Amino acid sequence: MNAPVAPPSTPMAQAMLPASAPFLLQLEGIQTFYGVLQVHFGLNLHVCRGEIVCLLGGNASGKSTTMKVILGLVKPRAGRVLFDGQPITDLPTPQIIRRGIASVPESRRIFPEMTVRENLLMGAYARADREEVRRDYEQMLERFPRLRQRLDQRAGVLSGGEQQMLAMARALMSRPKLICMDEPTMGLSPLFVDRVLDLIQHINQQGVTVFMVEQNANLALQIAHRGYVLQNGHIVLEGAARDLLGSSEVRDAYLGGDAR
Amino acid sequence: MPEFTLRTLADQLVNGLVIGNIYALIAIGLALIFGVANLINFAHGSVYMIGAYVGWVCVTWLGWPLGPTFIVVAVACAALGVLIERLGLRRLQSEARIAPLLATIGISFALDQLVQLIFSPNPQSFPSPLPATRVMLGGVSIGALDALIAVITVTSAAMLFAFLRFTRLGWALRATAQDREAAQQMGVDVNAIQALTFAVAAVLGGIGGVMIGMYFTSVYPTMSYGAMLKGFAANLLGGLGSVPGAVIGGLLLGLIETFGVALLGSTYRNLFTFVILIGVLVLRPTGLFGARRAMPPEPLTGTFVANSRPVRVPRFVVIGGLVAAVLLPFISSNPYLLQIFTNAWLFAMLALSITLVTGTAGQMSLGQAGFLAIGGYASALLAMRLGWPLELSLLAGAAIAAALGTLLTWPVFRLRSQYVALATLGIGEVINQIILNWEGLTNGVLGLSNIPPLSLFGLPIIETSPIYWFALAMLVVAALFQWRLMQSHLGRTWRAMREDEVAARAFGVSLNRYKALAFIAGGFIAGLSGAFTAHMYSYINNETFAATTSILGLTMVILGGMGNMSGAVVGAIALTALPELFRPLADARYLIYGVVLLLLVRFRPQGLLGTV
Repeated sequence: MNAPVAPPSTPMAQAMLPASAPFLLQLEGIQTFYGVLQVHFGLNLHVCRGEIVCLLGGNASGKSTTMKVILGLVKPRAGRVLFDGQPITDLPTPQIIRRGIASVPESRRIFPEMTVRENLLMGAYARADREEVRRDYEQMLERFPRLRQRLDQRAGVLSGGEQQMLAMARALMSRPKLICMDEPTMGLSPLFVDRVLDLIQHINQQGVTVFMVEQNANLALQIAHRGYVLQNGHIVLEGAARDLLGSSEVRDAYLGGDAR
Repeated sequence: MPEFTLRTLADQLVNGLVIGNIYALIAIGLALIFGVANLINFAHGSVYMIGAYVGWVCVTWLGWPLGPTFIVVAVACAALGVLIERLGLRRLQSEARIAPLLATIGISFALDQLVQLIFSPNPQSFPSPLPATRVMLGGVSIGALDALIAVITVTSAAMLFAFLRFTRLGWALRATAQDREAAQQMGVDVNAIQALTFAVAAVLGGIGGVMIGMYFTSVYPTMSYGAMLKGFAANLLGGLGSVPGAVIGGLLLGLIETFGVALLGSTYRNLFTFVILIGVLVLRPTGLFGARRAMPPEPLTGTFVANSRPVRVPRFVVIGGLVAAVLLPFISSNPYLLQIFTNAWLFAMLALSITLVTGTAGQMSLGQAGFLAIGGYASALLAMRLGWPLELSLLAGAAIAAALGTLLTWPVFRLRSQYVALATLGIGEVINQIILNWEGLTNGVLGLSNIPPLSLFGLPIIETSPIYWFALAMLVVAALFQWRLMQSHLGRTWRAMREDEVAARAFGVSLNRYKALAFIAGGFIAGLSGAFTAHMYSYINNETFAATTSILGLTMVILGGMGNMSGAVVGAIALTALPELFRPLADARYLIYGVVLLLLVRFRPQGLLGTV
């Protein structure tokens, strides 16, 4: 089950391949607890350079906690997280971000009382190269013209879809190697869902590896290369996205039935 | 009533604005800290006081000019702010907000007492080094100090605004205040930002302290407490956590206070603060202008009750302890020892009352001494003015304390967690201020003297041993009464309410009614203790039951274990008797209390005997 799956064949992604570590992100034997409640029971997963990998699962399966473990917001009791071949398990969150991981948190979590401009530039907080930041900022406004129109408004007054765009643009402002998205389509209108999915693919084609947590398996598997299915803190299924798509096992896993 | 001419009106306006400027400085600091850490920093007033003392040392001892003085004050206060963040907040980050709040109270006790030990509790004269010339400006007289205060406050506020708006760190600070976890995910070291916030706030507070010291030409250790409450009232007025709101609130409070004092007299000065504090909390918790900003959500439990298994005190230990207590006057006839333990029993009743309200029912009360005061004054006045026999006046005093105190606390029932703490503190102060100002009834600052001594069936009780037994007997009766309550369905309902108000309400519990019952029962016990104290001392004034008494009682409860009745008694004995037995420590008593509170919250929140 754990054999590494071949990375995708987009030219961009291949160009980024030669590196020391085989995987960009790797979780090994993660066990997490909230007090006495165990969330993860020895979680193993990996993300190759250039991939879009999605983690699927129903409510309370431990998806969001996985995200928090990667970002260092929740520390596992056992196991380790490797990024670029280096252990990052014990690093505080800001350090992990500085290594090149960006986050699009669940329900967006933009800074509501700050302007759109300030939100975007907060995304580049960990960077020191001011000139480059300025260039990226201009680029981001070209890519998201909607945000340009609202630069000086409080981010809290944006619509849900606009906030999602802002959250993604903000994450990209850090020039991440890996972008982690927690339920990026949650609460969006169908129109915006499509736009968000297009955007994720676009980001990926530009060389950013994507790890996303999703509840909506069909949507996520349409754009992902590989997927994992998490159930009660165990990975019960993994494989190429096209194999998982429409598989009855995925459905069973969601419904809580026996996946085998 | 003083006559108002246009001239005096304009002068009052200037006075009000000058004081208001300083309140604004304090309020801005509290607002920053509240915004970033969601914490009411009770140690902020101590920083302000210490800033004033540092300034006073520089100017009057070292003879420095104001420029270097302000720099030294800023550096010292910044360091102090960082220290407070470290000791009071950092390790308690994940606890309910009431835990760091109590920690900052502990720190503030310790700092205030330290300054008292070093510089004596007496006010020190702080003459302003500025020329005393006053300039007439369109019929208004403005002094050099007035102008300096205005310039410094406006400059500080402008610098802070620029910092928050235009610098990377300022953005990180605002981001942390709005969404701590999201800020972390942008790479912001939120702990460092939090320390920075405390430093900036402390600098503003310290500078405010120096200026107020020069303005009133004196500094004294107890200036800290009132300043913190005024800063917080100003902050509430403008909208919690809002920096522009803090400025407006500070100026408004300064004006209200100045004109109020001009109309009613200077003893009313503090009353305005507390009335505003409670009024805004209860009626318009978002402040006068804060339509948008709601209060940050508070946890469902009103108090921090650590998970622990309470130590079950075996019955024979309780009975053995009681027998030993009863026999104490036979074992040692040392009147001093007996007085200490009499005091301990009276404090134990206060602690029982707090453990019921705060530990069992989950309402963090910082104003429980108000019940003592009402009980004491009511019983004393009934005995003095109406000649009631003591048994009757004691009980009536307790009943009046329960009824009146609960009635005053009623508006607080809709608040939660640290707002309950703040509001009850305010109510305790309002009771104190009413006593101070209702001279016809209470004799004002002079207090009541020649209160009839304790007696039973007409026989006066004035010997040490009988007084001791009387107090002990009252404690035992109160404890049995409370124990019975805890065994009944009331105890269960209170605990349910403490654990989760929403869930309790969903099960049909009328929260207000049960909160009121807790305050009535607790208020009766505290009122009894206060009434007894009044007759025992034969003299009381408004300072007999000061706010520090409330906090001391709470420390006893936390030491023993919240909601734990044996714990309350043990805590009371420990904190009244121990500092007396180690005589050299008695002067540093509040230093010890503060440190004990800080250490408990940090290392043993369940107390000695565990929470129930």
